[in-house]
Amino acid sequence: MTPETVTLILDIAITISLVVGAVFTLVGSFGLLKLDDAMKRLHAPTKASTLGVGALLLASILGAFARDEPSLQEALIMAFLFVTAPISAQFICKVNLHRRSCMTPPEPSSDSTWATLDTADAGDAPAQHLTPEKG
Amino acid sequence: MSFVDYAIYGAFGAVSLAQLLAMVRLILGPHTADRILALDTMTVNAIGLIVMLGISQGTQIYFEAALIVAMLGFVSTVAYCRFVLRGDIIE
Amino acid sequence: MNRAARAVFPHPLLTILLAITWCLVANSIALGSIVMGVILGILIPLTTRAYWPDAPRGLRLFKLARYVVLVIWDILAANVAVAWLVVTRSNTAMHPKWVVIPLELRRPEAITMLAGTITLTPGTVSADLSDEGHCLLVHALDAESAEEVRDEIKDRYERRLKEIFE
Repeated sequence: MTPETVTLILDIAITISLVVGAVFTLVGSFGLLKLDDAMKRLHAPTKASTLGVGALLLASILGAFARDEPSLQEALIMAFLFVTAPISAQFICKVNLHRRSCMTPPEPSSDSTWATLDTADAGDAPAQHLTPEKG
Repeated sequence: MSFVDYAIYGAFGAVSLAQLLAMVRLILGPHTADRILALDTMTVNAIGLIVMLGISQGTQIYFEAALIVAMLGFVSTVAYCRFVLRGDIIE
Repeated sequence: MNRAARAVFPHPLLTILLAITWCLVANSIALGSIVMGVILGILIPLTTRAYWPDAPRGLRLFKLARYVVLVIWDILAANVAVAWLVVTRSNTAMHPKWVVIPLELRRPEAITMLAGTITLTPGTVSADLSDEGHCLLVHALDAESAEEVRDEIKDRYERRLKEIFE
């Protein structure tokens, strides 16, 4: 393959990942605004935005290869985002459960209650006086 | 101007619009969790904007900025959530 | 692995991962950065060993690699479906549901991986664990029946994780 062909293929790949990334990021934020329930809203940004930014980082890696200074540094940010996104999502879920700003979940099938709603150690949880929020 | 430049400008517009939509949710609320989620989304979108600035200028120097924003965004989300859940961040 | 090697490398996989991470941060594969990465990869697990005493051993690495590929494929394929759902379906036409998944996994590392997988595969978010750790609470964005989601997660992900960790 001639160098021109390689450059053209890389350019097309950069364009595709830029467009995919931009569309998914936009859909993530649009879902955040559109959906009407606190738990439903959690679905759009945690996944679509993570994938969208992942595609933008892929475009950046390809761009570095197109400039003949190959580097894989962006893969580090990608891995970090994909590892931390579920943790943030679960923390926000726990806030929703704690503030009662969502549907009441069903009882667990084998244990007594869910960890967030467990008030047995209420002595060291000073947030107990908070009243349930109204949406 | 090649088609890559058009794609970069289009992507800048789309991600900036996404940032605005997330900001509207940040203002509207109505729950605490929605505001935390909107801030988290804005951090992720900001990483996308920084990375695209790097692509359009053809440099690698924005990598550290994007990495630090990613780390700070995660830690701040966890800190907000812990504060709401436990009333304290470090017990 | 014998006890002397275990004393120097408490987590051999973590050592390799830290060395690779250092090379990525330094953005070079010169001998100097590889040596620095390996030094960090030995020192960090040694100093943090007290906080992770019961690390899993005897992981099936080949099955773990296949699981990672499966999850990446699921993320890509299902994300398109959920993006379409979010844009086209009206709020009233969606049927969000809570799903309770009784866990067979016991290792905390395995449960963490299952919860992360559930959150990243679109349509479901893992919300909470029961107080004794025997059940996982999952929120599904649009599901016909809770049993269907539960059976799919148990069959597709939990069974494979059980094979990897136990």
